[in-house]
Amino acid sequence: MILYVLLAFAYAFLYIPIVVMMVFSFNASKLVTVWGGFSTKWYAELLTNEKVLDAAWLSLKVAVVSATIATVLGTLAAVVLVRFRRFHGRTLFAGMVTAPLVMPEVIVGLALLLLFVAMEQAIGWPAGRSMTTIVVAHGTFSLSFVTVVVRSRLDRMDASLEEAAMDLGARPLRVFLSITLPLIAPALLAGWLLAFTLSIDDVVISSFVSGPGASPLPIVIFSKVRLGISPDINALATIVVALVGVAMAIAGRVALGRR
Amino acid sequence: MTVAPAPWTDPASVPLIRFDGVSKRFGDVVAVDRVDLAIHKGEFFSLLGASGCGKTTLLRMLAGFEAPSDGRILIDGADVTAVPPYERPVNMMFQSYALFPHMTVAGNIAFGLKQDGLARPVIAAKVKAVLDLVQMGKFADRKPHQLSGGQRQRVALARCLAKEPKVLLLDEPLGALDKKLRQQTQLELVNIQDRVGVTFVMVTHDQEEAMTMSSRIGVMNAGRIQQVGTPVEIYEYPQSRYVADFIGAANMFEGTVSSASSAGVVVACPELAHDLTTAHADPLAGGHPVTVMVRPEKMSIGRDAPADGFNWARGTVADIAYLGDVSIYHVRLDSGRKVEALQANLRHTERHKLTWDDPVFLSWHPADALVLTR
Ligand SMILES: Nc1ncnc2c1ncn2[C@@H]1O[C@H](COP(=O)(O)OP(=O)(O)OP(=O)(O)O)[C@@H](O)[C@H]1O
Ligand SMILES: [Mg+2]
Repeated sequence: MILYVLLAFAYAFLYIPIVVMMVFSFNASKLVTVWGGFSTKWYAELLTNEKVLDAAWLSLKVAVVSATIATVLGTLAAVVLVRFRRFHGRTLFAGMVTAPLVMPEVIVGLALLLLFVAMEQAIGWPAGRSMTTIVVAHGTFSLSFVTVVVRSRLDRMDASLEEAAMDLGARPLRVFLSITLPLIAPALLAGWLLAFTLSIDDVVISSFVSGPGASPLPIVIFSKVRLGISPDINALATIVVALVGVAMAIAGRVALGRR
Repeated sequence: MTVAPAPWTDPASVPLIRFDGVSKRFGDVVAVDRVDLAIHKGEFFSLLGASGCGKTTLLRMLAGFEAPSDGRILIDGADVTAVPPYERPVNMMFQSYALFPHMTVAGNIAFGLKQDGLARPVIAAKVKAVLDLVQMGKFADRKPHQLSGGQRQRVALARCLAKEPKVLLLDEPLGALDKKLRQQTQLELVNIQDRVGVTFVMVTHDQEEAMTMSSRIGVMNAGRIQQVGTPVEIYEYPQSRYVADFIGAANMFEGTVSSASSAGVVVACPELAHDLTTAHADPLAGGHPVTVMVRPEKMSIGRDAPADGFNWARGTVADIAYLGDVSIYHVRLDSGRKVEALQANLRHTERHKLTWDDPVFLSWHPADALVLTR
């Protein structure tokens, strides 16, 4: 019983501010803490704010592209780890694939920044901090999450299904496309959505690898908040929460649901 | 199912499958150890052995899922040792059936045919024919999870048969079925094999299953093939203590050869009051250590001393297991050793009146006493 109360308290602490924020995004008053009637004017204002719109569009593009890259590479890593049991450096590879899960983001971000700067000096690419650098950075760190999700799915999959397909005359690529891929598809979708949300709400790594010309949404919110909280931030945040919420709900359903 | 004359007795017959000194090591574990084996066209060959003796590994090497550490595998005269599974003329039915869960029954069967690049109408016709063969025509549009265990097993079989392989490999095909369904399916499998004429190689650890279904059996132990023979040969003429003990029940008497003549070998057993006469043709040297094996049903039990020329032993009835049609008598010999005798329950003999602690004679014909040297 006490446990339930504690739990309820903890969740209340977490979610009540979010709900309050969402409610106040419909506040007609300019004062953040005083309710002045219902209005959607902050949403309208957002839609005319070039800077915010650009940032949102950039964030969306980065999230889609980096999630796709992470899903492809993460799936390959998972397949290699699960299906090719014996090769040199397997343990090292497994460790390196999953290490970013526990690596402090500040360190990952800083390391990537140093890499990009060094590369720019050495080969002239990537030129400055742009969408490219954010995509590469996000793709790299969300790859680990995709690998974990896909790997657990592959581990549970009966390996004799693939053997049976091969036995029936299918070459390895055909086996992968016709048997393995459809069976792990839910995990791929879940992994993609996970990578997508990680990218959409990342601040730490983005703050290292984004530049003046390319600031994703969370960075813009962050810099706006530093100048003082205005109600349009509430509206923006509400949209982000809704988007992330939907993505996570789908990911959860897909990962837990159908087998 | 008559195979006459048996191809394996014909030295001119070329085997369909040949294992040539095949070994498989997993690190330090020797799963299969220098196996030489020839399986002929049209056979129903069973690999029988205790758990972990390497049956599955041998089968998987034939399918191409494991590469031998040593030796060669030939199918129809061609060396397939380095041929990948998808190019071998064999198909395997997995113990888990390995039906593709995201495809219908028809889709599962069509999958293998599509890989051969057949035209759609041809595939459809073959799928139908093979589903009818296993009496699963009604279930073509079901998904595997909508089928019972026995139905899945039929679909798995149909999927293999549709490919018309030269060899069909079955890894404990009936392991997941209950006893009743299993016996029924055993007969069906044999019937289907008879009809399609494909060579079957089956792995099992159920000796009754191997005996009823197979044309020949290979008994494996610790990675080695101990003996290959027809069910009758394996049961009546085991060549080693291991096979004699593994197949059916056996009474074994340790001893040494005391004399050998054209009539057979006489063995002195310290456990028995007199020497055992056998019909063993191989003239062994005196003093050679041997084991004499007698099956329980070949021993006759009674109160009176047996006729001349029979082997006998004396003891008391320690236990009687009544099984309805037969009874198993556990007799304690004078040496303290227990021996089993199996008798049909006929009412006109005095036997059915035997009871615990009765003094009895066990007797058996010299031809039923087998001499084992290995
Ligand atoms: N992939 C593998 N890696 C390591 N050892 C293995 C592997 N496959 C089999 N073995 C070992 O090889 C031996 C033979 O295994 P196998 O599966 O062929 O036995 P089996 O006769 O089929 O037994 P069962 O009746 O239990 O199925 C066992 O000791 C097993 O542990
Ligand atoms: Mg096995």
